[in-house]
Amino acid sequence: MTRGRKLALVLPVLAFAGVAVLALGVAAGSARSHKQAATFKAAWIYVGPHDDHGWSQAHDQGRLYVQKHLGSKVETTYKELVPEGPQTCQVIESLVRDGNKLIFATSFGFQDCMVSEAKKHPDVDFEQATGTALSKNLAEYFGAAEDAIYLSGMAAGAASKKGVIGYVVPFAIPEVIRHANAFALGAQATHPGAKVRLIWTNSWLDLSKEKKAAQALVSAGCDVLGQNVDSPATGEFAESKGVPWVGYDSNAQTFAPKQWLTAAIYNWGPYYLRRVKAAMNGTWKSGFYYGSLNDHLVGLAPYGKKVSAKTKRAIAAKKAALMSHKFYEFAGPLHDQSGKLRVKKGQKLSVHQLYAMNWLVKGVIGSPKG
Amino acid sequence: MNNSLLVVVIAQGIAYGTPLLYAALGELLAERSGVLNLGVEGMMLVGAVMGFWAVQRFHVTSPLALVGAIAVAALAGAAMAAIHAFLVITLRANQIVSGLALTIFAGVAGLSSYLGNDLNLARSPARHQFQAIFPKSWQDINAVGPILFGQSALVYASWVCVVLVALYLTRTRVGLNLRAVGESPAAADAMGIDVAGYRYAHTLVGGAFAGIGGATFSLSITPQWLAGLTQGAGWIAIALVIFAFWRPTLCLVGAYFFGAFTYLPFALQKYSWAPPPELAQSLPYVMTVLALVLVSSRAARLRFGAPSALGQPYVREER
Repeated sequence: MTRGRKLALVLPVLAFAGVAVLALGVAAGSARSHKQAATFKAAWIYVGPHDDHGWSQAHDQGRLYVQKHLGSKVETTYKELVPEGPQTCQVIESLVRDGNKLIFATSFGFQDCMVSEAKKHPDVDFEQATGTALSKNLAEYFGAAEDAIYLSGMAAGAASKKGVIGYVVPFAIPEVIRHANAFALGAQATHPGAKVRLIWTNSWLDLSKEKKAAQALVSAGCDVLGQNVDSPATGEFAESKGVPWVGYDSNAQTFAPKQWLTAAIYNWGPYYLRRVKAAMNGTWKSGFYYGSLNDHLVGLAPYGKKVSAKTKRAIAAKKAALMSHKFYEFAGPLHDQSGKLRVKKGQKLSVHQLYAMNWLVKGVIGSPKG
Repeated sequence: MNNSLLVVVIAQGIAYGTPLLYAALGELLAERSGVLNLGVEGMMLVGAVMGFWAVQRFHVTSPLALVGAIAVAALAGAAMAAIHAFLVITLRANQIVSGLALTIFAGVAGLSSYLGNDLNLARSPARHQFQAIFPKSWQDINAVGPILFGQSALVYASWVCVVLVALYLTRTRVGLNLRAVGESPAAADAMGIDVAGYRYAHTLVGGAFAGIGGATFSLSITPQWLAGLTQGAGWIAIALVIFAFWRPTLCLVGAYFFGAFTYLPFALQKYSWAPPPELAQSLPYVMTVLALVLVSSRAARLRFGAPSALGQPYVREER
């Protein structure tokens, strides 16, 4: 069969092309980390891709900030799309083997492995974001995103006509619950009695799930959307439906140029730079860092066209009050969904209590159990 | 009415079932020729990334850019399938191992993500996307509006594909030859049918369909590129072919059924009686596992209508 033979000649070429592409990929992958003995090596692990326009991208910008400021003195690497589970340990293990002396894990689900790896490698320093476990070489860091989310919720409340706002949420854990609560309280500040409807995706980053959740929220009557998940899929859907949108983590205005309001964003760079410098000169110490609006770890992204001057003024006033500690969103009286008084007048929730929050404030529709 | 649970779930089931339908049609064609290709997930991702690349780089009018992007996605999917075809048809490698290797090579931690990073694709939303093509007044018709007229061109094109593939398999000589190759390659060979040629052609076309299925994600559903955006749809598509007893029309029903199931957990969350979303969201995958278990034995596979020679390399001298 001549035809069969011809195919047999052409196809090895195709297969070799495939192998060549693979080889190129490997070469490019290793080219990313230049080997130099004298440089200090630090690594980051992300739950999503480094360019997700959300959570992981904010961390990666922090990493690039470190690289830019320290230049050839430091070599930074990242591992993206790392699954939360036993595989995390393998990823950390390989980073340690590669000679990284400081490792930042940027998702809550990485914590178990960070704890065990920190025990195994006392000569390496570990930093876990959003977690609670501490040891001699394992530090914890996060920021009062709830303050910035409260402010972004004010923009959502002001943009809503019906007072029903949709909020796309990932996992029912205290971090997300307090963020949803802060968002609802902010919305109620500019739109008294506003309701915030939650839909859980059970994933930090999943474009089609986030879009489905956004669709379900709009068909349930929400006229503004917000999110605590990592991608701009909600925003893209909001743009197509003409529904104003509040993002999260990073400035994703390009995904919804007309409907963008603002977003609570993170600026990890300065913290990362401090920590890497400390590790380099041997002054690194474990601890619990909780950044705030005051040290610019959290903040608001630039406003979109849909935010009125009046709303901007109201947000600026609240921001100043938050920064001077004259105002705090989690100060009593606060009621839960059933109307029960949870925080008495004159009381304030501590960071410790925020890290254990398992109830939703009045006006939030949805279950705190996911 | 158009916001009622039933209408929304059916309309979204069609929208989210469409990438599954394309991928399943492709897998069906390959399997009908006797080639099992477990690389669907990888081919979809490469199709998604290349289709998205094309739409960002082709500076022409929107319909042209989109048609071009679909063509690029189909080519990319076919190129991936060519690797599998060479390994299993010419080299007679184990089809399961080769297919899995293809998904790993091209999938979420492989070629597709590398291309996405290297071409800098995650930086911006799609410049053009498939949107509903019928006028708003049609889409607002009670019940049938969102379901029939609220869809993108890719949905209507998939209906045409289902009819064409069904006619091809049952009403054309080439289609009958294909089925002979899948059922009994030795007999087909004796009839003078080029077994290897048929298998190559249909594996490549299958890859092209998978590529289009992937591009449905990056150009219509999400519409943007992000590593791993298909989230296991390729596996569901493989299971779908089994559920559909290797028939294109049943693929359509099954795809919409799965599509509706992936949307349902989100629509249900507004009701207090809804099951836990984790449970509902895992259902399509549970059904996939069940389907794969069901057909893992040869006897069961044949009873469900699988091509008899599925998964077996053809060597002329052997019987």
